[in-house]
Amino acid sequence: MATAAVSTERKNYLNAEYGIRSWLFTTDHKRIAILYLFSITLFFFIGGFAALLIRLELLTPGGDLLTADAYNKAFTTHGQIMVFFFLIPSIPAVLGNFLIPMMVGAKDLAFPRINLISWYIYIAAGILYIHCLVTGGVDTGWTFYPTFSTQFSNTKVIEAGLAIFISGFSSILTGLNFVVTIHRMRAPGLTWSRLPLFVWSHYATSIIMLLGTPVIAITLVLVVLERALNLGIFDPTRGGDPVLFQHLFWFYSHPAVYIMILPSMAVISEIVPCFSRKRVFGYDFVAMSSIAIAAIGFVVWAHHMFVAGISLYSAMVFSFLSFLVAVPSAVKVFNWTATMYKGSVSFNTPMMYAFGFIGLFTIGGLTGLFLATLGTDVHLHDTYFVIAHFHYVMVGGAIMGYLGGIHFWWPKISGRMYPEAWGRLAALIVFIGFNLTFFPQFILGYLGMPRRYWQYPPEYQVLNVLSTAGATILAVGYLLPLVYLLWSLRYGAPAEDNPWKATGLEWTTSSPPPTFNFDEIPVVTEEAYAYEKMPLPEEVTLER
Amino acid sequence: MSDSPAMTDTVDVVHHDRPELRHHFAAVDQQRNAASLGMWWFLGTEIMFFGGMFCAYLIYRRWYFPEFAAASRTLDLKVGTFNTVVLICSSLTVAMSVRAAQLGKRKQQVWLLFWTLVFGLSFLGIKTYEWGNKYKEHHIPTFDYNVISGEGNIVKGNEALLGITDEIKNNPVKLRQREAEIQQHTKLFYSLYFALTGMHAIHMIVGVGIFLVISWMAHKGRFTPEYHTPLEIAGLYWHFVDIVWIYLFPLLYLIDRRPGA
Amino acid sequence: MSEHSEHIVPARLYVLIWAILIVCTVLTAWVATVDLGKFNTVVALGIATFKASVVVLIFMHVKYTSEKMTKAILMASVFWLLLLLVLSLTDYSSRPQGLLIPSSSDLVRLV
Repeated sequence: MATAAVSTERKNYLNAEYGIRSWLFTTDHKRIAILYLFSITLFFFIGGFAALLIRLELLTPGGDLLTADAYNKAFTTHGQIMVFFFLIPSIPAVLGNFLIPMMVGAKDLAFPRINLISWYIYIAAGILYIHCLVTGGVDTGWTFYPTFSTQFSNTKVIEAGLAIFISGFSSILTGLNFVVTIHRMRAPGLTWSRLPLFVWSHYATSIIMLLGTPVIAITLVLVVLERALNLGIFDPTRGGDPVLFQHLFWFYSHPAVYIMILPSMAVISEIVPCFSRKRVFGYDFVAMSSIAIAAIGFVVWAHHMFVAGISLYSAMVFSFLSFLVAVPSAVKVFNWTATMYKGSVSFNTPMMYAFGFIGLFTIGGLTGLFLATLGTDVHLHDTYFVIAHFHYVMVGGAIMGYLGGIHFWWPKISGRMYPEAWGRLAALIVFIGFNLTFFPQFILGYLGMPRRYWQYPPEYQVLNVLSTAGATILAVGYLLPLVYLLWSLRYGAPAEDNPWKATGLEWTTSSPPPTFNFDEIPVVTEEAYAYEKMPLPEEVTLER
Repeated sequence: MSDSPAMTDTVDVVHHDRPELRHHFAAVDQQRNAASLGMWWFLGTEIMFFGGMFCAYLIYRRWYFPEFAAASRTLDLKVGTFNTVVLICSSLTVAMSVRAAQLGKRKQQVWLLFWTLVFGLSFLGIKTYEWGNKYKEHHIPTFDYNVISGEGNIVKGNEALLGITDEIKNNPVKLRQREAEIQQHTKLFYSLYFALTGMHAIHMIVGVGIFLVISWMAHKGRFTPEYHTPLEIAGLYWHFVDIVWIYLFPLLYLIDRRPGA
Repeated sequence: MSEHSEHIVPARLYVLIWAILIVCTVLTAWVATVDLGKFNTVVALGIATFKASVVVLIFMHVKYTSEKMTKAILMASVFWLLLLLVLSLTDYSSRPQGLLIPSSSDLVRLV
């Protein structure tokens, strides 16, 4: 059995320096990734708590746990935290930051200090948002629609808007760093067609971050100005147009969902070949599909506005384009599946999450087509069908990809192996809990239960109770990794450099890697997924 | 400044020779290129940032052209033109100061940067003067906004443009309705005017701040023909802010200046 | 791109561009006072675009760079902005009342 030196003896990025200053003033992309990891986990649980309130309230048809206003705040908080403070940073800021320099064979990102600044901006935004929460919260729905947000809401819209405005800059700077790094810091021999698909997907994500985020930034500025100065830009009684807000808002917020899913797809593209011991089928197609998703994703935004008052003509245009955007996603799903075909598939925890992703993302994506169809959207818009759809892609898709990635690269990040049995158990619990939570919501939506409602007719109760039951199971599934991953930091088996025998430059470094990643910059001569040349990993035992 | 013991000798030498070369870059070229690419991408984000407001402006200008035109006429054309000239001068001095750095002329760099700051601050000063006028004329939304009567009356002289026919003038109800419309729709113009020029001014202020730092660095002799990246990329930012104004000027000041229309 | 081959723009060209920009500024201000009907806007934006192009190409050195990414980023950003503007217009221009809301007293309530 190959013996690796116990990681804690060798100098690596974790033990290079100690003390809080060495973390808060670090420019090491790996440490910054860990800073983000802790921050977004915190926000995940705050947003999850808001979800808990929602699901508890919806156990019964009456409004008995929360007041109507409090309920509005609960779903607004849940949405804004989960979107802006968890999902959008999650994989890029944690896994992207950690891995991209190593994957391209560089010592760091192009702009390490800007990387650190992006974390501080995120923290500042987060603190402002939490302050907003504890001093009253916001109840406009995560979408801030005027004229409720600009005139009639009595909650802290300005503060929440400013917090999200600030968080956008964190996103922009992260995207900037990635794009420049990928263009300018690739190791010798690492041509674009030899890049891991993880990098391709993050490149596409970064383009969206760069070109989309500024638009929501200025939109939030306009909302804040309108509310503070009573301007009337979005007020129809004063000549303004609330639909204009929606155009500007969704111009970013639709591509934002691709910011949330592309990195997850990036992770799946790494996990699937590794645990199938086979190169990715159709590498070029998968790479190009990331770019296509980013590009087409920018021209579909008004499918959120079909019943908002846009013209029928433009609705048809956007409906057609929305159908188009499903194609590159489907290409990825087919290619991952083809990768597994006749591969040597093993069901380690990351692969379980990958399977979950592929199935759940497919369902989520297909139900998106129901919503992209004008006729059915009239019936389904603003119902629980929409909620189920986006949770299937964002939770069943994005979060499962995130968890799969955390597990896959955990040995590299921490130098420890997580306990495999617990990992698989948690993945299973997440999958079961997730489906129990959200599948009933498809039915509820189809039957007509509106979203954002704090009370509902009694005939919807059974499905709501099922959903809440699922949510508690899902919560267990999320808490388990928190516990055993932390446990593994102390008691987990020390990880060798490449426990999965995966391809990729990051696996050529020690686990954990040294501060500057590579002693010598590698020279790349092979394509990305040359699994036929890799040995099989040793059986990962289930005892621990 | 490489202190990693694992670096090869050659790379070590490069890093020690060139203190501005940061450890994760292999060569100064690469660093400069990366910085330039980074700034260009940032400017791309700025195009989208201002673009959102341009979108709002575009829609409302089409919807309320007469009111937008009338409100635009209350902006002082001469002052606006002069201010545009001032900003263009500042772009010239910035470009020339980068050139001076390329040629290793430290004194010239600093002198040109000084003038850049002078022009930049002048622009801001003139803008403040313009806004002061708007305040006096009650054209700032929220602050006693009134375009119908008093000092800020824009109906007078623009009746034809604003569609105030004799028929409407003689009908008090219709007149009041039309005046209310004019009040609302011109307010949209001014809201966008202040949002756009305000955002532009914020970018100018940031630019002045950046150039104060850059001027200090130039004064200290930090910029040589081999290394003047911060100056170069700060210059790109400044030119971009100039370009935003190049578009704002016609869009805000020149909607309809035809005499007698 | 090595600094040694960095192109140094002659001072005369900078001053010439500056002069062109000044002339264009005065020109655009003057043309606005001439009645060209619908073309006033076209001319104003055309002159603005010309000025912007000149600043980009000469002052910002895009003409002299061998860096393809610079031009790509510029064109991508402008194109993306056009996406926002044009696709929003597909909505506004195809609404029943068209692109122009009739500014009729009948349509607006008194505030």
